[in-house]
Amino acid sequence: MADAIIRMQEVNKWYGKFHVLRNINLEVAPGERIVICGPSGSGKSTLIRCINRLEEHQQGHIVVEGTEITNDIRHVEAIRRDVGMVFQHFNLFPHLTVLQNLTLGPIWVLKTPKAEAEARAMKYLERVRIAEQASKFPGQLSGGQQQRVAIARSLCMDPKVMLFDEPTSALDPEMVKEVLDVMVNLAEDTGMTMLVVTHEMGFARKVADRVIFMDRGEIIEQNTPDAFFDHPQNERTKLFLSQIIH
Amino acid sequence: MSVAPNVSNQVAAPSVWSRASVLHWFRTQLFSSPLNTLLTLLTIWLLLATVPAMVDWFVLNSTVTASSAQECRKVTGACWSVIVEKHRLILFGVYPYEEQWRPLLATLLLVGVVLLSGVRRFWNRSLLLFWALALAGAAVLMWGGVFGLAYVENSRWGGLPLTLMLSTFGIAFAFPLGIVLALGRRSKMPAIKTICVVYIELIRGVPLISLLFMSAVMLPLFLPEGLTVDKLLRAQVAIILFAAAYMAETIRGGLQAIPKGQYEGGDSLGLTYWQQTRLIVLPQALKIVIPPLVGLFIALFKDTSLVVVIGIFDLTQAAKAALVDQTWRGFSIEIYVFISAIYFVFCYSMSKYSQSLEKRLATEHQR
Repeated sequence: MADAIIRMQEVNKWYGKFHVLRNINLEVAPGERIVICGPSGSGKSTLIRCINRLEEHQQGHIVVEGTEITNDIRHVEAIRRDVGMVFQHFNLFPHLTVLQNLTLGPIWVLKTPKAEAEARAMKYLERVRIAEQASKFPGQLSGGQQQRVAIARSLCMDPKVMLFDEPTSALDPEMVKEVLDVMVNLAEDTGMTMLVVTHEMGFARKVADRVIFMDRGEIIEQNTPDAFFDHPQNERTKLFLSQIIH
Repeated sequence: MSVAPNVSNQVAAPSVWSRASVLHWFRTQLFSSPLNTLLTLLTIWLLLATVPAMVDWFVLNSTVTASSAQECRKVTGACWSVIVEKHRLILFGVYPYEEQWRPLLATLLLVGVVLLSGVRRFWNRSLLLFWALALAGAAVLMWGGVFGLAYVENSRWGGLPLTLMLSTFGIAFAFPLGIVLALGRRSKMPAIKTICVVYIELIRGVPLISLLFMSAVMLPLFLPEGLTVDKLLRAQVAIILFAAAYMAETIRGGLQAIPKGQYEGGDSLGLTYWQQTRLIVLPQALKIVIPPLVGLFIALFKDTSLVVVIGIFDLTQAAKAALVDQTWRGFSIEIYVFISAIYFVFCYSMSKYSQSLEKRLATEHQR
């Protein structure tokens, strides 16, 4: 894959003595949709957080769109402009309205004129079906609505890659579907490159091109969804799947 | 009194004041237990012992029309005539008597622009213009020397305008300095962090009085010969440096309350450190610390009275000057009550404003 949009080579990371990422090699093609799963503490969140430098890796190389992530803050900011992220706890800005949350990045980072940024924000709010809430504050919305706003906020930056860090695991069960629907639409309607850390296996089967299983900081197994779920190769994968599919 | 243990299961205050409900209220609120009965009786006794005497002194037996100290000494209550007589000295110090309309106007300008700054509709660039105009106007009025106004050197300034100036500029400069220090103390760069920590701890370790003394007495010793910095300016700087250290720590408390996710949210959008700080972190952090911060503003306002120790004529010192007049001796209570009332009006306004600001800025959990 010469034209990979994300390339991780021999990436290692430690928290103190704890080896959280071990020899990660991963290439992601443009438009590819990857679901990453694994037990708690396996390093899956850390892995995607290294891609936009919310976490620092200590060894190896991470190249995003031809730019290597180093300590150079300008490279990091350039990469963050192209890589959107959706968090488990939404991380919306509570002192700003929904609309202001969406236009903040475009206005200040991309220098988009305010009117244009607002028009685009409204377009994405329509898309996540929440346009009528534009003038409310995040604290006035439900969890599912907040997460949809967060997805729209990332989309407003026109990213080339979207990272999802357990986007549904802080939600009440009845709100999971509305968020997953938005993500499925995003995958089907646009050619967005997506890396999704989740245990939503239905979602994985539906949209993923590839499922990656991680355990103890290593990529143990990766395959197409059907092969991964129906014929897991590794013992640890089998054990994990038997635990999450009741 | 109202600490009755059974408060929770009683009915809310009755809207119709029938005799039964009033009696019920008294019984449950004031006499519900032996301890409550005792406290109620004690409070009633205390009120009976003090309130009538105070009303007598402040109002019934007081006079505002006495024309001389002799007449005043005949009344048993407060002699407010001394305020009538001395209010110009108390309010404006030793500013030339004929020119005292100038500090009055300057005070009104200053208060006006501060009030204007409190109105959200004016929170834009035009506010800077208003400030520039008000400050220029106040400076012209106070110093004079142009437009046919006689020049008045600032050693003759005094009273309320001086107190207001010291505290307005004190707050206006200490606040941003405090923000910078608070950010600096949380910086990842060791040099900046160390400087900020050392500054904050050093300043917090000494009383304001000693800083004022240092600014008045020590600083001139270290400055090269011929270079003098105005005494008033030195006191102002001392107040700013002092208040900034305290504000820094209060603001740091607010910064620490901002969850990590907010920084990550900003990072993931590609905001720079300063954008993130200005747009995401500070608005939330400052909102959290409005109550303690306004507490510091109020403390600063009152602490300006300490400039008396270096011979600057603020409101408190002007009041003391009014006391030494031989013919009006012995009316210190009236004068101190008067300036306390002035301090109270300003401090209470700040407090009320901060409460309304808190309510207006509350955006969380208001479903």
